[in-house]
Amino acid sequence: MNAIDKTTSADQPRSRYSAGVMEYRKMGYWQPDYEPKDTDVIALFRVTPQDGVDPIEASAAVAGESSTATWTVVWTDRLTACDKYRAKCYRVDPVPNSPGSWFAYIAYDLDLFEPGSISNLSASIIGNVFGFKPLKALRLEDMRLPVAYVKTFDGPATGIVVERERLDKFGRPLLGATVKPKLGLSGRNYGRVVYEALKGGLDFTKDDENINSQPFMHWRERFLYCMEAVNKAQASTGEIKGTYLNVTAGTMEDMYERADFARSLGSNIVMIDLVIGYTAIQSMAKWARRNDMILHLHRAGHSTYTRQKTHGVSFRVIAKWMRLAGVDHIHAGTVVGKLEGDPHTTKGYYDICRDDFVPQNLAHGVFFDQDWASTRKLMPVASGGIHAGQMHQLIDLLGEDVVLQFGGGTIGHPMGIQAGATANRVALECMILARNEGRDIVAEGPDILNEAARHCMPLKQALETWKDVTFNYSSTDTPDFVPQATAAE
Amino acid sequence: MRITQGAFSFLPDLTDEQITKQVQYCIDKGWAVNIEFTDDPHPRNTYWELWGQPMFDVRDAAGVMFELNACRKAYAGRHYIRLSAFDSTHTWESLRLSFITDRPTEEPGFALERQEVDGRSIRYTTRAYAANRPEGARY
Repeated sequence: MNAIDKTTSADQPRSRYSAGVMEYRKMGYWQPDYEPKDTDVIALFRVTPQDGVDPIEASAAVAGESSTATWTVVWTDRLTACDKYRAKCYRVDPVPNSPGSWFAYIAYDLDLFEPGSISNLSASIIGNVFGFKPLKALRLEDMRLPVAYVKTFDGPATGIVVERERLDKFGRPLLGATVKPKLGLSGRNYGRVVYEALKGGLDFTKDDENINSQPFMHWRERFLYCMEAVNKAQASTGEIKGTYLNVTAGTMEDMYERADFARSLGSNIVMIDLVIGYTAIQSMAKWARRNDMILHLHRAGHSTYTRQKTHGVSFRVIAKWMRLAGVDHIHAGTVVGKLEGDPHTTKGYYDICRDDFVPQNLAHGVFFDQDWASTRKLMPVASGGIHAGQMHQLIDLLGEDVVLQFGGGTIGHPMGIQAGATANRVALECMILARNEGRDIVAEGPDILNEAARHCMPLKQALETWKDVTFNYSSTDTPDFVPQATAAE
Repeated sequence: MRITQGAFSFLPDLTDEQITKQVQYCIDKGWAVNIEFTDDPHPRNTYWELWGQPMFDVRDAAGVMFELNACRKAYAGRHYIRLSAFDSTHTWESLRLSFITDRPTEEPGFALERQEVDGRSIRYTTRAYAANRPEGARY
């Protein structure tokens, strides 16, 4: 049913450039024999053509519209090394269990892209082509970024290892909480939440994505009171603490002003939102490098284009771009919390953030081997609807190089914010201790937590309060390939 | 107060049996375990004194525990002692685990000094009460 005709028509040099309209597949954008070069950028698209449109032609059109083509033949192509600049669709496969959709593999020559610019890369790859009429829908599923291109980016300003060294925290996930309510607190009241949470045992607190500078709390008030809270908590625990001061603002000038003020107050971390745009993100990453600052990225807005499988951009691509762009933290899903996150797909995101070499893993939605060539590691952040009673699942699913953020799960504790923070910290430490001792934390998790709760009343109360809270909804963004048993190598 | 640096400070002090298991976990991962001690617990005091070098070639936790006990004999009660595990794997090349095993009998904690500068800005200094006295005579 989904079988496709892969024949190509040989390029006819003379007729190729006659004025008029020609099928994209005949203009050189479909080259089934093409072997991608090690230096090519490769993109994998999920292409859903309009009814009656041939999938090869649709895929060739995607290659054309995301590189050199326009709707008609232009003779000026012949003034250029146009064969090199044409993106080449070299493979089209039917999407498993999804009639009418196709995976198109497209290779782009390195010279098509400006070094070190996510804006330039994305303007090509997700530019005009997403509105192309012959397509019903289009999704950028994954990209293979060649080392030659990866090395044109700075990568994370700090990275997981150096962040841990600066904070002096090793061997366990970091703990955070987003201050709630996210809107309405005065600077003074806001700092109270920060102090309580940090003193109680969290490593970080966090501004929410939409806390910038509003009538109820101007940004300088927030920064000043938060740093009082951070320093006071640091002195009362003897441990490094931080709070992500959100410097997102209407202009770069405002963001730099806010970030400079955060630095002058001694903050070790600032934060930005994904909605500020790729260029602004790269600018802030450079600023963070110059100023020894950890840079937290909240992925505000991503679900508008990452969540639906048929159209948009997969989050795994956004994660790759953000590792290049140079942020240090990125929200990457919790699996068990309140927000979208299939376990296999999420595992794929985490690998992309943290590993130096990420092998192809179709069951996790990872279509290409990706060599990061020692680019620093990006710390994933798990945030949204998680609580202490899930600690064993979180550590099992997400590992230890992650920031676990319990907002409601800290601030909503019946005995107060400090107690909530302590509950989370004790749950975390007892679970890491047990895991390292070789215990099966998935099976024994609840027992391990109950044992620890015997010497920790706040944990006991947290477990009672949230014992059965889960968010079991089916995910929309799931892998297309199921894991298959393979012979042992 | 109780300083909460290290991976397990929120749990009751670890027993030697528990410490041994953590050490063996690190050794089995191929990491080199190291013993350090200090009487300056400032959160940004990175370089605690080394008790010998990281034990790159010790394959049995008992060897580390032997050294830990020797360090305790010299410093326990008057110093903090911590164990750290170094991973030399490319792209990590840093610590993988670090936790306190021993604390001074009393932990007086830290003062937070505030210097008012430039309008509402404040410069903060964290100072350990114990650090007023010379090294070696603090606890």
